[in-house]
Amino acid sequence: MASVSLSEAEKVYIVHGVQEDLRVDGRGCEDYRCVEVETDVVSNTSGSARVKLGHTDILVGVKAEMGTPKLEKPNEGYLEFFVDCSANATPEFEGRGGDELGTEIANTLYRIFNNKSSVDLRSLCISPREHCWILYVDVLLLECGGNLFDAISIAVKAALFNTRIPKVRVLEDEEGSKDIELSDDPYDCIRLSVENVPCIVTLCKIGCRHVVDATLQEEACSLASLLVSVTSKGVVTCMRKVGKGSLDPESIFEMMESSKRVGKVLHVSLQSLLHKEESLGPKRLKVGFLG
Amino acid sequence: MAGLELLSDQGYRIDGRRAGELRKIQARMGVFAQADGSAYIEQGNTKALAVVYGPHEIRGSRSRALPDRALVNCQYSSATFSTGERKRRPHGDRKSCEMGLQLRQTFEAAILTKLHPRSQIDIYVQVLQADGGTYAACVNAATLAVMDAGIPMRDFVCACSAGFVDGTALADLSHVEEAAGGPQLALALLPASGQIALLEMDARLHEDHLEQVLEAAAQAARDVHTLLDQVVRQHVQEASILLGD
Repeated sequence: MASVSLSEAEKVYIVHGVQEDLRVDGRGCEDYRCVEVETDVVSNTSGSARVKLGHTDILVGVKAEMGTPKLEKPNEGYLEFFVDCSANATPEFEGRGGDELGTEIANTLYRIFNNKSSVDLRSLCISPREHCWILYVDVLLLECGGNLFDAISIAVKAALFNTRIPKVRVLEDEEGSKDIELSDDPYDCIRLSVENVPCIVTLCKIGCRHVVDATLQEEACSLASLLVSVTSKGVVTCMRKVGKGSLDPESIFEMMESSKRVGKVLHVSLQSLLHKEESLGPKRLKVGFLG
Repeated sequence: MAGLELLSDQGYRIDGRRAGELRKIQARMGVFAQADGSAYIEQGNTKALAVVYGPHEIRGSRSRALPDRALVNCQYSSATFSTGERKRRPHGDRKSCEMGLQLRQTFEAAILTKLHPRSQIDIYVQVLQADGGTYAACVNAATLAVMDAGIPMRDFVCACSAGFVDGTALADLSHVEEAAGGPQLALALLPASGQIALLEMDARLHEDHLEQVLEAAAQAARDVHTLLDQVVRQHVQEASILLGD
């Protein structure tokens, strides 16, 4: 992870502030920074989204390709995640330097999507055992300002919301050979339902309290964090402890309750933002990186 | 003859441009706050981001430090979703390494490296969407990023690609025109002096036509320079307003 060097005095200042529920930028312990979300940023993809959370900048592109279903799940399509920690974020990620962090994030994404209810995989099936849609979700980390997992999960949800998969029909002729026909209308497509896609809420333990959406400086003061993946209904799908330090069991339950509270609010605001953006229609002014 | 006509009888290309016309260019400096310098450019449908870190101490082995000038280090990376077909690796493959070396050669010619001995300047370029002319977009974005970082340069470095179809030289090729297989020339120019920082050509071209194609590319690079100059001036004006001058 991109590191920032802090003096002892700065660390003490941050820790004492957090005990009083006052963070360096004036937020409370359970407040997020200002989030900017924009979808349909890259045109070569089936769906894309850009999320800017303070100084953290993430770009996600989803490409839908046809392939064969996995042997153990012949009636479903599947998702493949790839995370590229680009050297833009910090020079340490040059060459293969960002591979370790990228693999860790990709594995976390695989785990949170590894249940039946997150995405309806059956809708991605075209013909059982033969053809299905594979969604390649590619995450590009452009700037690292703390709280990567949250920003990435928000971006993945927004990109999946924006994904438009063309409708196909399977035509069978007399010999039994199947032909796949793509519909002529470019607007005729299927959308994925992202109602149950979870978002990750990272809680960093600083002193004896925990904070949501830590900046790089706050992450440097915290020894242990808990990643909780929460759906919009408040259901926890995955939980993981990261960091060199240790957590005691009572604080884990407290953090889980906080994450459910915070997660529900996050989902509500994200859904309303995505629907508002979509209601602006094709005449929406696309800003991207130029704004 | 059926098929895609790169240049129609009336002189229009596939996307409606004239032979020497550039695509729409929009650029912005100072995109990321944490990097020393950053810039974003859109040339038609090609989008590129450039980020500069430096000059700073040499990372890794100190033995690579040059006693009289700075080391310029470039990495070219294109996102997996940037092309029509999904790319498996964003960087590390042969083409990206070659582009990185070409960018390094281009910028070593332009940056005043003698002012920063024993240090390193990192230029990282990321292509978000590739629709032809990726090298040119990367060079243009990197020029703006190096300026945003405040690293002294001899001059702007402006790049453009050019091709040759039916006796006419085309400037600023899009992906469809590049894929058609004709000769392609990539040119990086220092506009004030007219010096060429990088010249690369693929495929066969008769030497009688070379001057025409070279002139088309040079004129397009000078047009790019006019645009980039405007972008830098506007950025400096905005920055000075914010500082309250």
